[in-house]
Amino acid sequence: MNVQAPALRDPRLDRPEPLTPPLGDGGFFQRDRSMHPPAHAPGYKSSVLRSPRQALLSLENSVSEITGPVFGHNDLGPLDNDLIRNYAKDGDPVGERIIVHGRVLDETGRGVPNTLVEFWQANAGGRYRHRKDTYLAPIDPNFGGCGRALTDDTGQYYFRTVKPGPYPWRNYVNSWRPAHIHFSVFGSGFAQRLITRMYFEGDPLIPVCPILTTIPDKDALERLVAPLDLNASAPFDSLAYRFDIVLRGQRSTYFENRTAGN
Amino acid sequence: MPQPLNYLKETASQTAGPYVHIGLIPAMAGFDIFEKNFSNVLVTPNTQGERITLEGKVIDGSGTPLRDVLLEIWQANAVGRYNHPADRSTSAPDEEFRGWGRAGSDFESGLVTFETIKPGAIIDKTGRKNAPHIDVWIVARGINIGLNTRLYFSDQEAANAADPVLNLVEPAVRRKTLIAKRTERAGKVVYSFTINLQGPEETVFFDV
Ligand SMILES: [Fe+2]
Repeated sequence: MNVQAPALRDPRLDRPEPLTPPLGDGGFFQRDRSMHPPAHAPGYKSSVLRSPRQALLSLENSVSEITGPVFGHNDLGPLDNDLIRNYAKDGDPVGERIIVHGRVLDETGRGVPNTLVEFWQANAGGRYRHRKDTYLAPIDPNFGGCGRALTDDTGQYYFRTVKPGPYPWRNYVNSWRPAHIHFSVFGSGFAQRLITRMYFEGDPLIPVCPILTTIPDKDALERLVAPLDLNASAPFDSLAYRFDIVLRGQRSTYFENRTAGN
Repeated sequence: MPQPLNYLKETASQTAGPYVHIGLIPAMAGFDIFEKNFSNVLVTPNTQGERITLEGKVIDGSGTPLRDVLLEIWQANAVGRYNHPADRSTSAPDEEFRGWGRAGSDFESGLVTFETIKPGAIIDKTGRKNAPHIDVWIVARGINIGLNTRLYFSDQEAANAADPVLNLVEPAVRRKTLIAKRTERAGKVVYSFTINLQGPEETVFFDV
């Protein structure tokens, strides 16, 4: 449940669409922690020693939290959103070619413009290009497995890659991660910072994944599953999946008292 | 039934996992892919302010340093101004300071370091003066949703004693978990911190 109530009834609330107040510089909506996995989730064993046990201290957002780093096209290179080309040495990587696209929105439904989205993944065989990954599936010499993009004015992002494979990991003896792509998103303020994962529609490993099932809310879990989007596919080239990401909304400062000079 | 509000819900967090370096610090994963990389060095030669090294570890419930953790920091410039349009203060901006950096812990020792400047005190929009501090965000395998904490500075005793956030921390004995200790080493100023995820010295984490 989102418990944040507006201070005054706004006429735009009478419309069925999400509320779109003017760009606010108030605090972010209180985080609804029932939409997230708890820190201590014993079925995901690594969380046991790494989860705080004291209550979090709730802070009204100050300027330290409503601001955050600003990125621009100067931070990126031209191939950063093309994982088929950005590490290619002598050909294309092996695997199903896919396009991933979507929007970064906030909880009011407004697109989050010019925000940095970073993504990383295993190759088509489920192997990561990482010095600590020892899975027996081979490294693909033409695949790095990471990229990044800035959203446009409407919050849209897209990239091209190959579909990652599932891979085993040490939790139970026979635990496998469903195919997934990791996402890191910034938003406009540091309190919106989020790391999540996109999963693929129809993957039979989804309901038995010890990490995914740390999410207590069924709808919140399903919102991490990207549907196949045939309309966005490139005929005779790539299938497409659509993945929208929602960051916390921000309050408008309609009637807040301010001290002079601020 | 009242009219529906129709807010969207925030996307669920998922752990960054053990291979977070691939996407965020590929050189640590063991390869070179981007022309431009983000790093733990926040300063350029022209940044204003006192150069400091921040260094510390994140410790799990068994007392062992995390060796696969990633930290990001966000801070104001030397005069307390954030490099962001929502900072409406009159303090001078510094174009040579973004105020953000990221670092992975050393795979052997767990040590995390940043090269930055000491931020100034911050006047927030309610007019309160906040002691100089750095926001810290922590992700790793086993951390299901990023942890938010802050670092304050041991040599700012008067400002810390008046800080509105530190004063919210009860019992007061826990405030020291947010204070980085100043030392000097070979002419360099170093602030050291320990972030304890559990135990009697558990660090104060914020729901921001
Ligand atoms: Fe993964």
